[in-house]
Amino acid sequence: MRTYLARLAFYGLTLCAVALVAAGPGAAQSTGPLRIEIDQGVIEPLPYAVPDFIPDTAAAAEYASLIARVVAADLSGTGLFREVPASAHISKITGFDDPVKFADWKAVNAQALIAGAVSVNGRQLTVRFRAYDVFAENELGGGLQFSGTTDGWRRMAHKVADAVYSRITGEGGYFDSRVVFVSETGPKNERRKRLAIMDYDGANVQYLTNSDAIVLAPRFSPTGDRVLYTSYETGFPQIHVLDVGKVQRRILSTDDGIMSFAPRFSPDGRTVVYSQSQGGNTDLFTMDIASGQRARLTTAPSIETAPSFSPDGSQIVFESDRSGAPQLYVMPASGGAAKRISFGSGRYGTPVWSPRGDLIAFTKQNKGRFHIGVMRTDGSEERLLTASFLDEGPTWSPNGRVIMFTRETQGASGRALLYSVDISGRNLKPVRTPDGASDPAWSPLQN
Amino acid sequence: MSGLKIALVMAAALGLGACSNAAWDDTRFGGSGAGAGAAGSVSDPTSPAYFQQAIGDRVLFAVDQSTLSPEAEATLQGQAQWLLSNTDYNVTIQGHADEQGTREYNLALGARRANAAREFLISQGVAGNRIQVVSFGKERPLEICSAESCYAKNRRAVTVLASGLTG
Repeated sequence: MRTYLARLAFYGLTLCAVALVAAGPGAAQSTGPLRIEIDQGVIEPLPYAVPDFIPDTAAAAEYASLIARVVAADLSGTGLFREVPASAHISKITGFDDPVKFADWKAVNAQALIAGAVSVNGRQLTVRFRAYDVFAENELGGGLQFSGTTDGWRRMAHKVADAVYSRITGEGGYFDSRVVFVSETGPKNERRKRLAIMDYDGANVQYLTNSDAIVLAPRFSPTGDRVLYTSYETGFPQIHVLDVGKVQRRILSTDDGIMSFAPRFSPDGRTVVYSQSQGGNTDLFTMDIASGQRARLTTAPSIETAPSFSPDGSQIVFESDRSGAPQLYVMPASGGAAKRISFGSGRYGTPVWSPRGDLIAFTKQNKGRFHIGVMRTDGSEERLLTASFLDEGPTWSPNGRVIMFTRETQGASGRALLYSVDISGRNLKPVRTPDGASDPAWSPLQN
Repeated sequence: MSGLKIALVMAAALGLGACSNAAWDDTRFGGSGAGAGAAGSVSDPTSPAYFQQAIGDRVLFAVDQSTLSPEAEATLQGQAQWLLSNTDYNVTIQGHADEQGTREYNLALGARRANAAREFLISQGVAGNRIQVVSFGKERPLEICSAESCYAKNRRAVTVLASGLTG
């Protein structure tokens, strides 16, 4: 059985999904005409309604509204959807299996309708939902049911929103995911940093380390069960790995006095690629996690850092100043000849391969400003998504549509916070955190 | 640890060179030095205070550079002479960067700066095994404004003394 701590880390893990039988005759069509084509550049968000879910049991009453609100926050938070508020609704959903009065929802121009029900038995919570294409008057995909523990209610709401998002956009969802980051307190010259983990929307923050040693740049394993990060616990920056469920950690790089940092997992989770500094020179290495066996990937006297694997594991994109200023390069995962891919003016750093494999996100410094940008993997079609005094360290949402990053304000009272932006450059917004925050890393979708 | 059960499993190999871990207890967060008193009196030329304040425990760098200026070399010559006559002390050189740059690049840049100072001390006769280097990148600025007047002081390599390590 899991311990209390493990439950803290993975509340609601018993979650399971069951397809529901269709509501009534003619309601079982699997796809409707309702569709957002994200790549077409959505100008007008799609209006939808999500009335409070129906409590099937008395104990479910408190969750019925909360879950609908989280679903709405997820969908509207994408910038692709706009909620028709409850105050505008003409019709109520009175029973989960009752026929939907489409005319009433058309009248308020809700193009999509999400109806749900919640039941609670002891610590067990079950959510059922159906999504409707109001103007086509049919169901949008089949009904689904999720079950889990009551303390995992937010996850079930995120699952509902992921399903709706996925059905309407044709893309994978990203709401049932987590973010590991560095929580920051204290003045700029004595910043106290500790690792923290939270839901993608800032809920359920937990701290994973104390702030005795500086910690930097955590990175999730491909399954989200482990986190690599850099810690000064030994006095030197060295790579540590943390088991998220057990909150157990160990040091990976064990050479006393040698600096190791900027670690990332390979897509199979078995290898770490990282930077090591020796004699003032920073190069890239890989380490097999199980055996500790290491391989050197670069030998140049220049700085090589911030490596990131392609999703198929065959290539590594990284940052190097071998040409004089930091630029982005791609090389085979085993090392060898590297091809420069960034050619614009300015300095490029922290490249991260998209989980879809199609884009590389990066930090760009140009004319005293910092930008988060994306380019194709051959360096073409560079687009800058943000601009500020200091934006850095992009991380991809599980579906490759959204980027989260660190934005730091300038001056003596400067503070770091997390922001997210759509890869279209729209929907830039802060991510809620209890204190200052930096170095986010987005998990894969949870199971 | 506020209730979080944290088990640190260190690999056995770490035990080998662990003698140096006390090196920056005084100045752990960047050897900020400004006013922070090193041990002893400045008037005692064998004291850490003399090393820190009379000789100078730090050298500064130009933007994105790790080349030593003539002033930096003069300071390091003084440090080397002091270390050659005060052999009970080892040092850790801390390399730092200003905030203009990514976290990872600045860590690597700080390593370059610390190493430039180390190589110079070695060229002056200080044994390499007495000198460790560590980079703090942009994590421990000394001055906190976002202007060149502060950045210039933050681009530094600070030589931090640690005593009693040879025994």
